[in-house]
Amino acid sequence: MTTTTATPSPAATTSQSVRQQQWREFWFYFSASKTAVAGLVFLIGVILVALFADFISPHLPAEQYREFAEIPPAWMEGGQMRFFLGTDYAGRDMLSRIIHGARLSLLAGCIVVLLSASIGIFLGLVAGFKGGWVETIIMRVMDTIMAVPGLLMALVLVALLGPGLLNAMVAIAITYTPSFVRLARASTINEMNRDYVTASRVAGAGPLRLMFISILPNCMAPLIVQGTLSFSTAILDTAALGFLGMGAQAPLPEWGTLIAENRDLMLSAPWTVTFPGIAILLAVLAINLMGDGLRDALDPKLKRS
Amino acid sequence: MFKFLFKRLLVLVPVFFGVTLVAFGFIRALPGDPVEVLAGERGVTPERHAELMAQLGFDKPMWQQYLSYVGDVLQGDLGTSLITNRPVVEEFFELFPATAELGLCAILFAILLGIPAGIIAAVKRGSFVDQGIMSLSLVGYSMPIFWWGLLLIILFSNTLNLTPVSGRLSFLFDVEPVTGFMLVDTLLSDEEGSFWNALHHLVLPSVVLGTIPLAVIARQTRSAMLEVLSEDYVRTAKAKGLSPVRVIAVHALRNAMITVITVIGLQVAVLLAGAILTETIFGWPGIGKWIIFSVFSRDYFAVQGGLLLIAVSVMAVNLIVDLLYGLINPRILH
Amino acid sequence: MKKTLLALSLGLGLAVSGAAQAKTLVFCSEGSPEGFNPSLYSAGTTFDASSQTLFNRLVQFEAGSTKVVPGLAESWTASADGLEYTFKLRKGVKYHTTKDFTPTRDFNADDILFTFNRMWKEDHPYHDVSGGDYKYFGWMSMGDLLKSIEKVDDYTVKFTLNYAEAPFVSNMAMDFASVLSAEYGDVLAASGNKEDIDHKPVGTGPFVFKSYQKDAMIRYTAHDDYWGGRSNIDKLVFAITTDANVRYQKMKAGECHVMPYPNPADVAAMDKDPDINLMRQEGLNVGYLAFNTEKPPFDQKLVRQALNMAINKQSILDVVFKGAGSVAKNPIPPTIWSYNDDVKDYDYDPAKAKAMLAEAGVVGLKTNIWAMPVQRPYNPNARRMAELIQADWAKVGVEAEIVTFEWGEYLKRSKNGEHDTVLLGWTGDNGDPDNFMYVLLGCDAAKSGGNRARWCNEEFDSTLRQAKQITDQAERTALYEKAQVIFKEEAPWVTIAHSVVFKPVRKEVTGFKVHPLGSHIFYDGVDLK
Repeated sequence: MTTTTATPSPAATTSQSVRQQQWREFWFYFSASKTAVAGLVFLIGVILVALFADFISPHLPAEQYREFAEIPPAWMEGGQMRFFLGTDYAGRDMLSRIIHGARLSLLAGCIVVLLSASIGIFLGLVAGFKGGWVETIIMRVMDTIMAVPGLLMALVLVALLGPGLLNAMVAIAITYTPSFVRLARASTINEMNRDYVTASRVAGAGPLRLMFISILPNCMAPLIVQGTLSFSTAILDTAALGFLGMGAQAPLPEWGTLIAENRDLMLSAPWTVTFPGIAILLAVLAINLMGDGLRDALDPKLKRS
Repeated sequence: MFKFLFKRLLVLVPVFFGVTLVAFGFIRALPGDPVEVLAGERGVTPERHAELMAQLGFDKPMWQQYLSYVGDVLQGDLGTSLITNRPVVEEFFELFPATAELGLCAILFAILLGIPAGIIAAVKRGSFVDQGIMSLSLVGYSMPIFWWGLLLIILFSNTLNLTPVSGRLSFLFDVEPVTGFMLVDTLLSDEEGSFWNALHHLVLPSVVLGTIPLAVIARQTRSAMLEVLSEDYVRTAKAKGLSPVRVIAVHALRNAMITVITVIGLQVAVLLAGAILTETIFGWPGIGKWIIFSVFSRDYFAVQGGLLLIAVSVMAVNLIVDLLYGLINPRILH
Repeated sequence: MKKTLLALSLGLGLAVSGAAQAKTLVFCSEGSPEGFNPSLYSAGTTFDASSQTLFNRLVQFEAGSTKVVPGLAESWTASADGLEYTFKLRKGVKYHTTKDFTPTRDFNADDILFTFNRMWKEDHPYHDVSGGDYKYFGWMSMGDLLKSIEKVDDYTVKFTLNYAEAPFVSNMAMDFASVLSAEYGDVLAASGNKEDIDHKPVGTGPFVFKSYQKDAMIRYTAHDDYWGGRSNIDKLVFAITTDANVRYQKMKAGECHVMPYPNPADVAAMDKDPDINLMRQEGLNVGYLAFNTEKPPFDQKLVRQALNMAINKQSILDVVFKGAGSVAKNPIPPTIWSYNDDVKDYDYDPAKAKAMLAEAGVVGLKTNIWAMPVQRPYNPNARRMAELIQADWAKVGVEAEIVTFEWGEYLKRSKNGEHDTVLLGWTGDNGDPDNFMYVLLGCDAAKSGGNRARWCNEEFDSTLRQAKQITDQAERTALYEKAQVIFKEEAPWVTIAHSVVFKPVRKEVTGFKVHPLGSHIFYDGVDLK
């Protein structure tokens, strides 16, 4: 069984046909899982909604129809079609807020993953490649971050940076970095002993070239899986911070913040709390379904199960 | 064995100091000013401000503050809460049993449901049951638990009136805290019915906190079982005509347990993070609620001490899991 | 009993009736007390759990009003120059007997000296115990005010002041002035457990401290020998419930009798609930938006007036307070004497506001609104309030950005005047108008920063100073009424609201009164049916 991670010849990895071959093989395994495809399709839907939020959403997310405060969803008694999912305390349309919230949540997920993955992979590569005291320091710092539960670490970091969506993303990214470092380091050490690395080393490739051109592409698979998993948990953690009042600040319609700002209406206007939660759940679920499929398709060891 | 323990402890030493540095550094770098927060709208004169800052030791150079902090920590002194003027260690250990009890119940709930679910899914691999269990577990894994908690409260406490709304025990029962574990204390006390009441209070928070571990454990049990089931000796046992129940119980389960124990160990940090949200929602008087209150109220020393104590707890649990793992699977000790 | 337990175990929890033999009243308090010595702390939560239950003061506020009545002092007299106050103490007042302490003598002048000297004298053996930061003693400037405290005899104490300060007697009724036991202090000093005086309290109050489980529950029992007569309630429980939704749910389930601070959103439902008696009262507070009058264009009166008119206050009350508030026009709430009801507020008139801004030459103004990050009695949701003001101002062409900082930073920066406009408020301490106007709008406060408008109006300030020196209330009233007129004309603030305090109380409870200073008192005729 040939897999993406074990393509041995360094020359071949760059060739066009092998890439196509790999891609076809990946898609073959990925599309075998109906749930994964469903997740992907839903996620693409959410992305489209986020991209075209301005055109799709029936109202502006911050527009206050104060005379229409706390209107229930359309199918409930007293509901109106123009406010399909009801309105909040200030008469803002829940559907429009959730649609615009998709933007913030997806953006938060992306930025967290990009930040933590790029920093984490870089540090992991350096640690694995250099070894010695550099590795020790990097790994001990990562252990320290891991010693404190992620959400708590993020909370304290946000307390330090000040509440806000951007700071929440940075804080969460920091708590996610160690897993990327560990993964990248382990793969690097693994790859270092392989022939092709030794070969390019003998051929006189510089350390940077070795790290990024030779080693990195060959340990991408587990990193991609980790990235997908982080993407979904990042959305959850951003929402959790928003819920605790330390993430995105009102009137930004981030999903967790929506739940927090309407929490006192939990009993009198439950729809204001229910729908943002469903939005979070569905988006995260879709990403996780897709992530499962990705892992099965990329990780040969698990393909059997 | 001791060598292994020693090695693990040696790794923890720099991490411990790392955490003290983090706890110390964060608190000093915070933009707020504790004296100002305590004074509120009323404010404080510049002279009094300087006096109070000096009392807190904030006027000394940073490195001096750190050294004296580490010195105190090594003697078991984690400072005094700015809000209550009580030692942070005392407050922490007063609240710790509540979190421990909730965490244990949550993990118990996760194990009792997750392991059988995982086994069934593995045995009936590919069936409708398997797909159902796996989809549900993925839903659980994707759950924003703060929302899940609110939803369950709306449903079970508010609409159906089946569970208490918050807290650990009804005020009707005057139970002396002996161990701090309400289930134990209520059994020790002579208040009739208090044990059931305490148990009742535990149900919803445990379910909420246990949801993600449950999903993880079910999934891990399934894949560990699948792996073991396909190994030669299990297949041989099956071929020899041993009853499937016996094969699963004796051969497969024991081996799958190793993976599962590691997973449970990894869930401790997840659980503590979840406790912050769960305790906030259910008014559970534990560490999670305390630490977030301390963060919000800028109780500098409580956050500093709490962070360290929580990190040490996580490290301790991880160490225990490592040892357990080593006991089950002696190969890794060397 | 068995039936009750069954109901409980089903979570129906109508436990209240089960405790019929001993009358147990449960108060779902909103948070944990900081400790049990009111002089060290500042939160109302702490005062409810300590000063109002466990302690007495020389003089006290009458239940349900801000009138000062005798407490541990049976009577008092002031000298003509207002510099000497002599208190005659009550005889036969018993301290609590607890697990750790059995009193051997009644309350006397030594206890008064012990209490005040601890806060005042830095060389007092108890001064530095528990951090030694006596908040209200400092905030009320007692250290500067006091010249001496003398024990004339066992039951007479004389306070001498450095300057005449009309609100002094009211100050003595405040929570921080709760009287401790000197004898208990001696016992603890001998055993080396001084800190216990603040955590295992002994007082003279109507209830005796029994136990405290952090973040969960405080238990009290009735003080059998209370000088005012034993309380009708045998056991008092504070069930600490930080979430307002949860408090309400517990109340509906009968798990608590009285709860503070309901969610504004739930008030309408509570009003309809036949089991709940919804009590209401104007809170002793004011929520405001202060213009930084040092920064242009807010140095112009016209601009401040225009921006006042641009805000739809009624809409803020509907959305933010959900009706649990009343529009404020003066810097003091109507429950305080000298409230000037003749003052006319600026009407909501965006068109006129726009014209006035144009007249002042202000076009395309870009500014900021600071919104505090915490919930306060005078402002349940500053963020929400800021959003509404932002939307209102946008209609008159003013573009405002909402700014927020963490609480300590917010207070500090606004004190330094970094804001353009800032939302803040104040809760009264002793029911005296001076405690609002001088502290928040005086020229001294403009220098020290407590005056967030940084507004120093000579006429206003001299009127207030004059009122401070006089003890005659009628004369003072006239001066404060004048001050309110100046304030409104100059418009350094947008006075937004006084909160209305709702106290849902279950129907079984009788005799409960809402206290204007915000305390919760379970003595003074409170009983259970």
